[in-house]
Amino acid sequence: MPPVEGFLYPNEIELQWSVLIVLYPFITGLVAGAFILASLERVFNVQAVKPTYRIALLTALAFLLVAPLPLQLHLGHPERSFEMYLTPHTTSAMAMFGFVYLWYLMAVLVVEIWLDYRKDLVLRRRASTGLRRWFYTVVTLGSDNISPASLRLDHRVGYIVTVIGIPSAFLLHGYVGFIFGSIKANPWWSTPMMPIVFLFSAIVSGIAAVMLVYMAYARLQKVPIDMPCLDTVARYLFYAFLIDFSLEMLDLVHRIYESDESFKTLDFMVKTRLFTSQIVLQIILGTIVPLALLAAAQLVRFRAPARRALYASAGVLTLIGIFAMRWNVVIGGQLFSKSYLGYTTYKMGFATREGMLPAILLMILPVAILAVLLWLLPPWREEREPAHAAQPGGAAVGARVF
Amino acid sequence: MDRRTFLLQSGKLLVLSAPAAIAWEHVLAGEPQAAPNYQASDHWWAMIVEIEKCIGCGSCVRACKAENDVPDEPYFFRTWVERYRINPEDPEHPIVDSPNGGFDGFPPVPDEQGAWKSFFVPKLCNHCVDSPCEQVCPVGATFRSPDGVVLVDADYCVGCRYCVQACPYGCRFIDPRTHTADKCTLCYHRISKGLTTACCETCPTSARRLADLKNPADPIHEFLRTNKVQVLKPQMATRPKVYYNDLDGSVR
Repeated sequence: MPPVEGFLYPNEIELQWSVLIVLYPFITGLVAGAFILASLERVFNVQAVKPTYRIALLTALAFLLVAPLPLQLHLGHPERSFEMYLTPHTTSAMAMFGFVYLWYLMAVLVVEIWLDYRKDLVLRRRASTGLRRWFYTVVTLGSDNISPASLRLDHRVGYIVTVIGIPSAFLLHGYVGFIFGSIKANPWWSTPMMPIVFLFSAIVSGIAAVMLVYMAYARLQKVPIDMPCLDTVARYLFYAFLIDFSLEMLDLVHRIYESDESFKTLDFMVKTRLFTSQIVLQIILGTIVPLALLAAAQLVRFRAPARRALYASAGVLTLIGIFAMRWNVVIGGQLFSKSYLGYTTYKMGFATREGMLPAILLMILPVAILAVLLWLLPPWREEREPAHAAQPGGAAVGARVF
Repeated sequence: MDRRTFLLQSGKLLVLSAPAAIAWEHVLAGEPQAAPNYQASDHWWAMIVEIEKCIGCGSCVRACKAENDVPDEPYFFRTWVERYRINPEDPEHPIVDSPNGGFDGFPPVPDEQGAWKSFFVPKLCNHCVDSPCEQVCPVGATFRSPDGVVLVDADYCVGCRYCVQACPYGCRFIDPRTHTADKCTLCYHRISKGLTTACCETCPTSARRLADLKNPADPIHEFLRTNKVQVLKPQMATRPKVYYNDLDGSVR
């Protein structure tokens, strides 16, 4: 495939947004999705998913901490990025990133996690000495009251924070979609559907990620997987995926039917340069196959090990599919000329600042942070003993421990 | 020549030689006099491009690169020239080329295309009134001056490239040396001193002309009244201020 085909404006030869900008909506999507899964239990009282509640919160935190890094690494002048806080340009969607991000991190996620873990932290502080005690004193912010009344208050405030958190999670990812959707110069991006499609794909990827983290963590901790919980999470993944798929198809059908001046260009691109990533990876392997697997688990009574395998495969494929979707939006939107007369290709470096290696490291980093968080703040710690005690069929461990 | 005439002529020469010497000094220096009285609010800059006059010589591209220290590599242009070739039987699908932005002119057209319609389109930042690049800049590094020129403050630009994505005309690039956004400034350093832009100055056919819409004496008013003038991508509603005369509908 020739690198450049047809006519591009001379300044367009170089792609502006690289794989790092693909990571940004992917990572923030995982955050928003994981939080929405956590809020299922907290606000909508879906008890079955309780074992994943704290895992979902910690997953959201781990990925949120990494979310600004690809952006930062991509900037021509990272040292000036703080200017966005000091002198934000109010008409710019991008100027709002810092505020949306900080609001979500500091006002929602950290507060909710702290309230939820406060009792554990106080107990750990009491049980430890020396430097560890000092550390826990700091993270409990000096609070030592774990009376039932105080814990009730924690719970109530936590509930309110979660209620505020749901629209905030929607805001976070809807906002990321808006960054692209509001660029009228680019017909591949410019659609009011973009924030909504981003939002639902975020929910899908977040649920899939938490499901996988739960399965992996339970296996590492040698705790039997709570199948009713896993089934429920998979069911929610299936529902969210159906909505996401319908929305994306709606967008696609709308574009095909409308066939505006950019359509031939976009159509050509999907059939050539984006064929593998869009048709094969995103739609077939990343959407239809996991949807079929999840549907099969709903329709057929598989045994628990088979269901686990189905869910694991569906989860991994879902994440690949959503990553491909982000890729196709970000990279795909830059592969054609704004003159609609030509196409270019994206050449990713390896060990360059915006190459594949930093991208891989940036994907490993949140997983490493999550591992530390899960070690520092174990989601099921105190109740592990009863979990190990005889539990026929390994069921309902998570449901009981909380 | 009698003595009286000789003295008069010599006197005149002497009197005139002082300003002539000063003027000559400026000619040699290539610098205009400073314009401390430049009032940005008294001007509203635009450009007229007459398609039928452009011969695709690339002088404007070379002059712009030299005047504004634009990187030499063929991916960075503040202005460039496109050549459109249109088959009369298929006017909707033009063949467009712009080898190195037209820096070295254009190769001859293939023989079989002799009967095709062919013309050149100089491109540059349109200094839009509702400029998307200015709207999206997260730190306000891109701004509009009171005289209608869209400029970039390179000391403020964070290099996020959002503006490059937002420009429908492909006029912006990231300078590989400064890692900040760059584009045509309408030679602001020149026009604020009473000069015209480098591209307009070097254009051998006057295909490009700087215009001041706030100056009632500027010929642009007559030009806009008596010609069929079009802007690029009017559907983008960016209100561009580069006015093309006789622009073909196939130009994007």
